[in-house]
Amino acid sequence: PAFGLFIFTIARDPLRIIILIAGAFFWLVSLLLSSLIWFIAVKASDPQDERLQKGLLIFGVMFSVLLQEAFRFLYYKLLRKAIEGLVALSEDGCSPISIQQMAYVAGVGFGLMSGAFSMINLLADALGPGTVGIHGDSQLYFLTSAFMTMVLIFLHTFWGILFFHGCEHRRWWEIAAVVIMHLTVSGLSFCNPMYVGSLVPSYLLMAAAAAWAYLLSGGSAQNLRRFLLCKS
Amino acid sequence: MITFMNNSDSEEEPCNERTSLMSAESPPVPSYQDGLQASEAGEAQAHRKRRAGSSRGPNNIAGGEMSGSGVPVRESALENEEEELTLKYGAKHVIMLFVPVTLCMIVVVATIKSVRFYTEKNGQLIYTPFSEDTPSVGQRLLNSVLNTIVMISVIIVMTVFLVLLYKYRCYKFIHGWLILSSLMLLFLFTYIYLGEVLKTYNVAMDYPTLFIVIWNFGAVGMICIHWKGPLQLQQAYLIMISALMALVFIKYLPEWSAWVILGAISIYDLMAVLCPKGPLRMLVETAQERNEPIFPALIYSSAMMWTVGMAKPDTAARGPSQQTWDAAEDGREHLRSPSHAESQMSTRNPVPTRPITSLEELEEEERGVKLGLGDFIFYSVLVGKAAATASGDWNTTLACFVAILIGLCLTLLLLAVFKKALPALPISITFGLIFYFSTDNLVRPFMDTLASHQLYI
Repeated sequence: PAFGLFIFTIARDPLRIIILIAGAFFWLVSLLLSSLIWFIAVKASDPQDERLQKGLLIFGVMFSVLLQEAFRFLYYKLLRKAIEGLVALSEDGCSPISIQQMAYVAGVGFGLMSGAFSMINLLADALGPGTVGIHGDSQLYFLTSAFMTMVLIFLHTFWGILFFHGCEHRRWWEIAAVVIMHLTVSGLSFCNPMYVGSLVPSYLLMAAAAAWAYLLSGGSAQNLRRFLLCKS
Repeated sequence: MITFMNNSDSEEEPCNERTSLMSAESPPVPSYQDGLQASEAGEAQAHRKRRAGSSRGPNNIAGGEMSGSGVPVRESALENEEEELTLKYGAKHVIMLFVPVTLCMIVVVATIKSVRFYTEKNGQLIYTPFSEDTPSVGQRLLNSVLNTIVMISVIIVMTVFLVLLYKYRCYKFIHGWLILSSLMLLFLFTYIYLGEVLKTYNVAMDYPTLFIVIWNFGAVGMICIHWKGPLQLQQAYLIMISALMALVFIKYLPEWSAWVILGAISIYDLMAVLCPKGPLRMLVETAQERNEPIFPALIYSSAMMWTVGMAKPDTAARGPSQQTWDAAEDGREHLRSPSHAESQMSTRNPVPTRPITSLEELEEEERGVKLGLGDFIFYSVLVGKAAATASGDWNTTLACFVAILIGLCLTLLLLAVFKKALPALPISITFGLIFYFSTDNLVRPFMDTLASHQLYI
């Protein structure tokens, strides 16, 4: 689905593609830094201690989430500057792309990159021989991974919109809400392999974020009804 | 550009030295050429010279230069408008370059992943005489550095040779050299490639069929690249050639040498294009002075050749285009804005007269960015090596891919700002290298651990 989003909404306009790739790049850099921290922490600690390793992992995950949000903020700053530049350069004085579109595209960029990184090795391995869950792990590994990845991609998209909107209107609570949501979702994934604990709340959160982002973007229940009933 | 291809006998000469061996060296790093500039003063032609060299195998060295110059003649009044146009076009140009680079990388990665031939070590080129099978790390490092020095000096010699030939107008020689190298590339490498692919998929093919297929492919390729041909086809052929060249590189360059060579080539590119005495820069400037197109065989152009598609007589088409290029110095702002509007698909300024339309359209189509084929090759080498040797597999490949694209964006941005020929390799390769090494060593254990616990960040 994320790829479909990409094709239908982004591939038309070259500017959006650039923003997308730049968004993916920012996510990548944040991932790099967070894994650097984690790596250092692991190397500096005792590799035999299981609990410590798990603790370090949790710490790494949280840190990574925070870094991702920080990079989202940096990206927002960059895009603000870019929009000013674009407005100055455009012929009729208005930017060819609005900040909301950019927020959307940036969110998709983040989401795609994180999803790709989560899924792609899995997919490559899935092409090979072998059975899932033969050692007592859950048999639904692939399926749940796929769903989790999808929900994460969508969430990134919505978070992008919410985040940028919060930054635009200086509503700090929105930004804080995004960060907390992100932390929550990551934390929920710790419940794996008890999938009920992680997937269901994640989807609920995603629905909430979707509704919120939709409302922020100017939609309303009326619009939705009109769209669904194909009225003009 | 295509029309000028006939006139320009100076084609980038592929590295002939390569022809003797399978390794084709990549000629100096191709530089970017902003299409805007190219259309401005036919600099584009000069720019074309990018070093596409490696992809073509024989054509190595010539190309690469991104000549962006051409701007000096512009009046300041035009500056702003042009800048606007440049940046507005900027996104489209970037995408026009993204697509072929992406395609090339996809082809290379797909081949590397599926055909085992290209990851087996079957020997080395004579350009990298030192082996890397040494027991100690220091020795290996030393050998790879020596390999790099040999390779770079070969490239430098070839480039200087090409520039000298071009300067002294030995066009026939250059032409012949280019043709020979592209011939070899198209036929020999394609034959090997097809052979390996068929072997991998266990498809039987008899020799006559193979002969016919390769003959057709090669003949059409030669015509397309060196003479006229539909733009899409030419672009496709250039991509194919870059991919083949990159595959050869990936196969025959030893591991550490490959990385050191990549780094050294970007430094060389930086120097060759930006230093006043750099060979590539001289090449571009000479071509600009003579108002000739740079060898078409060494540069990838993203602009449309309107003249080929139109049913206009050649002279008529060439007339306006010639005018367009000559008029570059005279400030064609009145032409530019309408054409710009045209390209933007908004008919804000209706085209006043018919002749101007064709001129503008021609101009419109002329715009495009030119990237040397050598750039394609080295980008693909980087990504292919990442796909082949990284243990993190797809993550690393993806990271390098994004890094290279971002580098490309930045370089194009710089091109829009500086309006000169710029080396395309340094930024992208630097990003790519950084991301490759860091992703392979740092991110991979992190992601693996996360994936095994099914945690999501």
